[in-house]
Amino acid sequence: MAIDKFLVEASHIMMFARSVGDANPIYHDEDYAKKTDLGGIIAPPTFAQSSAQFDPDYFLRPKIGGEGWFGSGKEASGAKPSKDSGGSGGGAAMGLHAEQHFEYHKPVKAGDILTATTKPGNSWEKESKRAGKLKFNESVTEYRNQDGELVITATGVGVQTERAVDS
Amino acid sequence: MLKENEIKVGDTHTAVLVEDLKRTQIVQYAGASGDYNPLHTDEIFTTQVAGYPSVFAHGMLSMGLTGTMLTDYVGDGALKKYGVRFTNQVWPGDTLTGKATIIEIREEDGSKVIDLMIETTNQNDIAVITGSATATIEA
Repeated sequence: MAIDKFLVEASHIMMFARSVGDANPIYHDEDYAKKTDLGGIIAPPTFAQSSAQFDPDYFLRPKIGGEGWFGSGKEASGAKPSKDSGGSGGGAAMGLHAEQHFEYHKPVKAGDILTATTKPGNSWEKESKRAGKLKFNESVTEYRNQDGELVITATGVGVQTERAVDS
Repeated sequence: MLKENEIKVGDTHTAVLVEDLKRTQIVQYAGASGDYNPLHTDEIFTTQVAGYPSVFAHGMLSMGLTGTMLTDYVGDGALKKYGVRFTNQVWPGDTLTGKATIIEIREEDGSKVIDLMIETTNQNDIAVITGSATATIEA
C-alpha cells in the first residue's frame, strides 16, 4: 500500500474522535486547541488508521462502479472478495487484526498532508484451539508530513484463521 | 501532561470506555475509519456467510476507545508509543473498561517518560485488549 495524499482535516478528526467516544475539545474546537501548547487541532492516537480513506485500492470499501461487493444485498453475499483481499470475509477462512503498534515521532495536526508507504514485515504460524491454524503477517507503515518528516510508524499484524474464531 | 512528582510506579487510571456497545457506534467507526468490512456492520453476511454469531467491533475501535482513556490520563500530544494485541472479540452489547498502570518512570532522549501497561476488559472480566504505551511527562 502506498498513499500519496492523506489530507488530515478537522472535520474528519471530529468524526473519528466521536466514533471512539472521545469528547476532548482538542479534536473539535479550534478556539480551544489554539490556546494549548499544541497550537491547534491534533489527531487522536489511532487516527492514522483512517488513511484507508485515501488508499484508492483499499479492499474493504465498496468501489464506485467497480467489482461486486461481498457484503449482503439481496443475497447474504454479494460476491467473493478479490484475491488480494487476503481472504478477508470469504467464508470461514478470514483475516482478522491481531496486533497494532504506533510510534509517534511528531504530533499530527489538522492541515497536515501525509504520505504513507507500507513494507511487509515478519510472518509466522501458530496452532490455536479456538480457530485452527493461524498465519500471521506483519506490515510496517511510515507516515510522513508535508515537510518530509516522519510523524508515525505503524506496525500492524494480521492473522488468517482456518475457521471462524470460537467465542 | 502528568508531573513526575505527582505519580509513582503502580499508579493506575481506569475508565469505562463504552456501556452496552451499540451497532450504530460500530457503523460510526466504519464510516470514520473507512474500514467497511461487512463483518462489523452486516449482520446477514456475518452470520450466514462468515459463521459468526453476530457482527463484532473492529479491533481498531477497541484500540481507539482505549486510546481515549489513555490520552485523558497522560494528556494531549504526550504519547510516544501505543501498541496492543487484540485478545478477544468485542460484541454489540459489551461494556468495556480500560486500565493503564504505570510500570516504570525513566529517562529517554533527555526527557522523562513513563511506561504503561494497558488492559481493556469486557463485562465478564475477559481481556479484549492487552498492550503497552510510553508517554512523556513533566520533570
